[in-house]
Amino acid sequence: MSLYVSVVMVCVVVVVAMIYLLRTRRIREKYAAIWLLLTLAVVVLGAFPQLAFWLSRMLGVQTPVNLVFSVGLVVLAAVCLQLSTEVSNLEEETRRLAEEIALLRADVDRAAEPAPEDDAP
Amino acid sequence: MPSALPARLLVIVPAWNEQETLPAVIAELRSCVPDADVLVVDDGSMDATGDVARAAGARVLPLPINLGVGGAMRAGYRYALRQRYDLTVQLDADGQHNPADVPRLLDTMAAEGADVVIGARFAGVGTYTARGPRHWSMRVLAVALSRVTHTRLTDTTSGFKACNHRAIRLFSANYPAEYLGDTVESLVIAARAGLTIRQVGVAMRPRAGGRPSHSPIRAAVFLVRAVFALLIALSRPTEPLPRPTIIAGDDPEEATA
Repeated sequence: MSLYVSVVMVCVVVVVAMIYLLRTRRIREKYAAIWLLLTLAVVVLGAFPQLAFWLSRMLGVQTPVNLVFSVGLVVLAAVCLQLSTEVSNLEEETRRLAEEIALLRADVDRAAEPAPEDDAP
Repeated sequence: MPSALPARLLVIVPAWNEQETLPAVIAELRSCVPDADVLVVDDGSMDATGDVARAAGARVLPLPINLGVGGAMRAGYRYALRQRYDLTVQLDADGQHNPADVPRLLDTMAAEGADVVIGARFAGVGTYTARGPRHWSMRVLAVALSRVTHTRLTDTTSGFKACNHRAIRLFSANYPAEYLGDTVESLVIAARAGLTIRQVGVAMRPRAGGRPSHSPIRAAVFLVRAVFALLIALSRPTEPLPRPTIIAGDDPEEATA
């Protein structure tokens, strides 16, 4: 019984931490959502462990804990994938910004030239 | 007086820590193609590449971070598009490509109505040879890309390329920064967008610095990565040629991003 209590406590701590991070704008809601869903699922499973037994019977998994583990793995893999795509997006955005900065610096260089360039330097 | 010419030519030289070889390359370019403007894309160099290039009389596009050849080249094509150049030639900063070949690339472009002309090794000109596994990798790429581009290509990893305004428009919007993206994948993108690709044989000079790798393990890694890059490039959806914008520098894709 005390295990369920501690699981629920951990989940409450995670939810509170999420809300704190969201409130201080250190995490955006598109990343927080999946973690909140995950904690919610753990809370439900912790409160009603019969759910895991019922689900594993439905899906034909012999040991309920394996179902929990594999679902957990899939969810974590999904989170990693989402982060990878976000990093790729960020790299593309960084590349655009670097290009723009370089183009602007080239413009500034040309504007700072003392005289319009002649045919020979 | 470049503006008096019918076509404005920009030579784009991507350079990363090339302060040793760059002055000679720029000097040669200025004597071989005096009408062209030279743009050195300083790809986040740690040495004095940018200063050396400016001192030699080139324009410099100083990237604040290292983006790789593909990243440097897209920045160069964007510069060409915004400054309304009609033609560009990409040339390596290490002295491998002979600036005297630039007019031959442009002649081929005019004679064959091509949008992209590659200065190719293994095309009967010059003595450059690759041997062993690396040679076979390059053959595989050449055969595959010849089919994609409907022309005979012998050297798909050459960084010596002439582009007309259509290719500049395409590449300024879409030039991959990935491994081999600047060579193999960019050719796939160009062919898919309906551009005409041709090659002209050129002699490669020995690199002023650096060593070509002949290790079989590296060659095998090269082949695997090259085939992977090619397969990914071929499986991508076709990117159409962007329409010409009224004001060069406003691209439509940025508005929708």
